[in-house]
Amino acid sequence: MTFSYTVGARRHVFADLKTLLAKASPARSGDMLAGVAAATEEERMAARLALADVPLTHFLNEAVVPYEIDDVTRLIIDSHDTQAFAVISSLTVGEFRDWLLADSTDAATLSSLAPGLTPEMVAAVSKLMRNQDLILIASKCSVITRFRTTVGLPGRMSVRLQPNHPTDDAKGVAASILDGLLYGSGDAMIGINPATDNLVAIGKLLHLIDDLRRRYEVPMQSCVLTHVTNTIQAIEQGMPVDLVFQSIAGTEITNKSFGINLSMLGEACDAARSLKRGTVGNNVMYFETGQGSALSANGHHGVDQQTLETRAYAVARKFDPFLVNTVVGFIGPEYLYDGKQIIRAGLEDHFCGKLLGLPMGCDICYTNHAEADQDDMDNLLTLLGTAGINFIMGIPGADDIMLNYQSTSFHDALYLRRVLGKRRAPEFEEWLERMGITNTRGELIAQREDTQPLLGLAAGF
Amino acid sequence: MSSIVTPDVWSSARQFTQARIALGRSGVSLPTREVLNFSLAHAQARDAVHLPLDVLTLHTELSARGFPVHTVSSAAVDRATYLRRPDWGRKLSDTSRTLLAANAPDRPPEYVFVVADGLSSLAAEHAMPLLEALRPLLPELDKSPIVIATQARVALGDEIGHLLGARQIVMMIGERPGLSSPNSLGLYLTHDPKPGLSDANRNCISNVRPEGLSYTEAAHKLAWLMAGARKLGRSGVDLKDESGSALPPVETVALG
Repeated sequence: MTFSYTVGARRHVFADLKTLLAKASPARSGDMLAGVAAATEEERMAARLALADVPLTHFLNEAVVPYEIDDVTRLIIDSHDTQAFAVISSLTVGEFRDWLLADSTDAATLSSLAPGLTPEMVAAVSKLMRNQDLILIASKCSVITRFRTTVGLPGRMSVRLQPNHPTDDAKGVAASILDGLLYGSGDAMIGINPATDNLVAIGKLLHLIDDLRRRYEVPMQSCVLTHVTNTIQAIEQGMPVDLVFQSIAGTEITNKSFGINLSMLGEACDAARSLKRGTVGNNVMYFETGQGSALSANGHHGVDQQTLETRAYAVARKFDPFLVNTVVGFIGPEYLYDGKQIIRAGLEDHFCGKLLGLPMGCDICYTNHAEADQDDMDNLLTLLGTAGINFIMGIPGADDIMLNYQSTSFHDALYLRRVLGKRRAPEFEEWLERMGITNTRGELIAQREDTQPLLGLAAGF
Repeated sequence: MSSIVTPDVWSSARQFTQARIALGRSGVSLPTREVLNFSLAHAQARDAVHLPLDVLTLHTELSARGFPVHTVSSAAVDRATYLRRPDWGRKLSDTSRTLLAANAPDRPPEYVFVVADGLSSLAAEHAMPLLEALRPLLPELDKSPIVIATQARVALGDEIGHLLGARQIVMMIGERPGLSSPNSLGLYLTHDPKPGLSDANRNCISNVRPEGLSYTEAAHKLAWLMAGARKLGRSGVDLKDESGSALPPVETVALG
């Protein structure tokens, strides 16, 4: 179906829904690279004005990637909950924005609506929003998940501790874990990007964290970020696997380029759940996503990168994940050029994921060839904290020495807790206090070598 | 200062990793020294990306050592375009294509080396010492043309090699700079290069720099891969790096 909008004497025509969505997107380098972005600022606004009048029901009748050739589209259509959708079924995209902002739309309403939303509806409404709308509505959403800690409770924010080392050296990894725990980080999980996919090496890292967890009775969960097929093998070999990692995307072709399909994810999810290693819950999946991955894999079908990113969340929600992490600035400037584009994308991803019912976190990050710096990360960190993000990254000094990019640090998490009054996951908060790492207000206590039990770990190096 | 900043008593753990641990804190924030150290490292990485490759000096040095040298550029006209359009960085400008086609040697060269800026022009400083380390291992190196390429991505080498009729192309290119490694050089080997190949057709040796993979080690690995590709008739995923080590293993992380 074609769409159009007339500005003065100029009539702007959009061939189909995916074109309309792409042209309505805020400017970003990846859509320009793909050749799907609006050619002029006026065309972009004409697309938004036309999009505002599209009925939400239209999204159930026109797929942006054909149903016949894509299993993500089939998942979206086949799992759509028409009963949950009923409350907004008479609205246009523009009216949907007003409805989301209305005082009467609260956390409970949004949570029961989530299964009635398709990713494309959510991406569409986000394109009509300013940053403050993305923040305000996301802050109304509540998504709570559990394993050994409870993540996403109101007024709380957790941290994934990322203790990477270029050669997976056990002492090097342990040193960064120690640093993070003593800075009060790690309540979302300890997640290592290994330098190798070798299963023996992965087992060593899993045991390293598990031994530490049991020795100090830390309420936390771990993940070594290797391909899902490796993790399935690790489970089969009896390794201590808490969470299963996988990068996912919004089209079948892109997922295939990652070497995965939906049934593989289901198999891994079942295997991890069967271990019953969680104590307060059994959400076992950890997914990473990021705008631009589909174009990078030649699997974008002419759809804009933000809509495709939101489709990846449809894959994620099928498996009730513990955490979903949009790694927003890692992919590079050909997809998100500068701090402005990275900040916008981070807010969009968090909003869209939350509206679809996902426990969203964000790797607030950039590479050295992007036009961004730590000030931009401070801005996005503060904005996402305000939006109620479930978790952020904690990397020593914000400098990942293995992946060569900059993210957020243990100090950054403390800053956010201080200015926004955000507390840690309750189980972890209680442990930190018991260990004498924080006081009753959650503030760090200056440590002494002879009294801090965790420093026994360093002594054993 | 020391009474204002809260130190971290686990600073001895720094000997085990280059990660920025035990930085101490001012309240909950980074101490001034650490904020400035970080920003200095970022400044160096930014310079690595944006400083133009010193083509003239490189050309002079290579010529002085007797190499036939050509200078080319990709279709990306400047750095801003290069960063936005990786596809343009993978093909030659029209002028450069004409130049190389006109200068193809009568006898197809066994191998051609390209020194390219990539994402770190600073990394090109490793090209000359690496070529020196390769001389004893590659008998035909002295006669091989060297191409200096700017605004270049890895795949640009395939078009260069194709135009010069080379049996193998080695792209020596600046890698994406990290805070602790602004000048890391990557080596990419393609056997029978031509436009349109993918990463699966290449073999990569990364992190070439004195603090990473040494010139001697890198030269040994590369010569092994080049011989292997010649024997196999192709490079890429089918060619596994089983070169082993030319030297006894060294500690890769020895800072503290």
